[in-house]
Amino acid sequence: MGKRSTPGLNTSSTADIAFLLLCYFLMTSTMGSHTGLSRRLPPMPDENQKAQEQKVNRRNIILVRINSQDALFAGTEPIDVSQLKDKIKIFLTNPTNLPNLPEKKMEDIKGLGEKRLVSQGVISLQNDRGTSYQAYIAVQNELVKAVNELRDEAAMAEFGRTFFALNEDQQDIIKAMVPQQISEAEPKDVTKKRR
Amino acid sequence: MSMFKKEGKKEVPAMETSSISDIVFMFLFFFMVTTQLRSTENKVQVRIPSASEAVKLERKDLSSYINVGTPIRSLQAQYGNETRIQLNDSFRTTKDIRDFVAAERESMSEADRAFMTVCIKADQNTRMGIITDIKQELRRCSALKIMYSATRTQD
Repeated sequence: MGKRSTPGLNTSSTADIAFLLLCYFLMTSTMGSHTGLSRRLPPMPDENQKAQEQKVNRRNIILVRINSQDALFAGTEPIDVSQLKDKIKIFLTNPTNLPNLPEKKMEDIKGLGEKRLVSQGVISLQNDRGTSYQAYIAVQNELVKAVNELRDEAAMAEFGRTFFALNEDQQDIIKAMVPQQISEAEPKDVTKKRR
Repeated sequence: MSMFKKEGKKEVPAMETSSISDIVFMFLFFFMVTTQLRSTENKVQVRIPSASEAVKLERKDLSSYINVGTPIRSLQAQYGNETRIQLNDSFRTTKDIRDFVAAERESMSEADRAFMTVCIKADQNTRMGIITDIKQELRRCSALKIMYSATRTQD
């Protein structure tokens, strides 16, 4: 039996085919992934049910307001966006146990089996209809940053690693220790409020 | 003078082209992996604000997008330059969000519906009034997971 050699496959056109596919994907695609700030909206209260005023102690609330000129108020005094993070961190930790800052409660942390002091502070964010989206996002970002830094500190103290490096269960523990309590108030009719 | 004997008759060897396809395929796979298909055409100008704490959207297939901004140049003659809401491929009002959310829900599998995220892509100069309206409408149709689209900045 003679040895029959198969002719080599002509592969010069595969490059062309691949180029066509490449061009197709280049044209139809957008680079980069979506990033953003995740939020959970509160559910709409029932219409026939009376809006129940949630009872929250006065000291446990900080009011963050952005007016139509994009000026920021935390509590009552005007503040710059760059200072907001530190203010929120002090508010949430209450390092010197001041009576006008949020109280802390011993709470059972699920998964840890121990009790830890958890701050009861709630950040209430209010905005005007004329506030620019950019200012709103900047403030939201500062709030998230404050909570993230506190979580990092808690994770360092508890597990010796940053929050990001923990596994899911450990992250849940830290989340229970440092809850992110941002309430976005019901929109108000600003025309009435304007003086 | 044997040094110059070969000059003039030298032939350039044919270029080896068989590896081009490999290189191009590598490119191709890179783009296939890193991209997502563009599903709708932008009809509003959106310059997304930046935020240092922005996180990645986890499930792209479970998210629907609401674009908010002024119409693009070529459509301004027709639609004016007021801030508009774009759902899918057309300009809509806040009233249409309910139908939009219902349609998006319908297209998802039963198990995934709880994880639906509405991604609000708004221009940075948008006023919060329209965003608040959108948020209220989303609450009304109980699409509570939202995401404010923002680019991540290093700091």
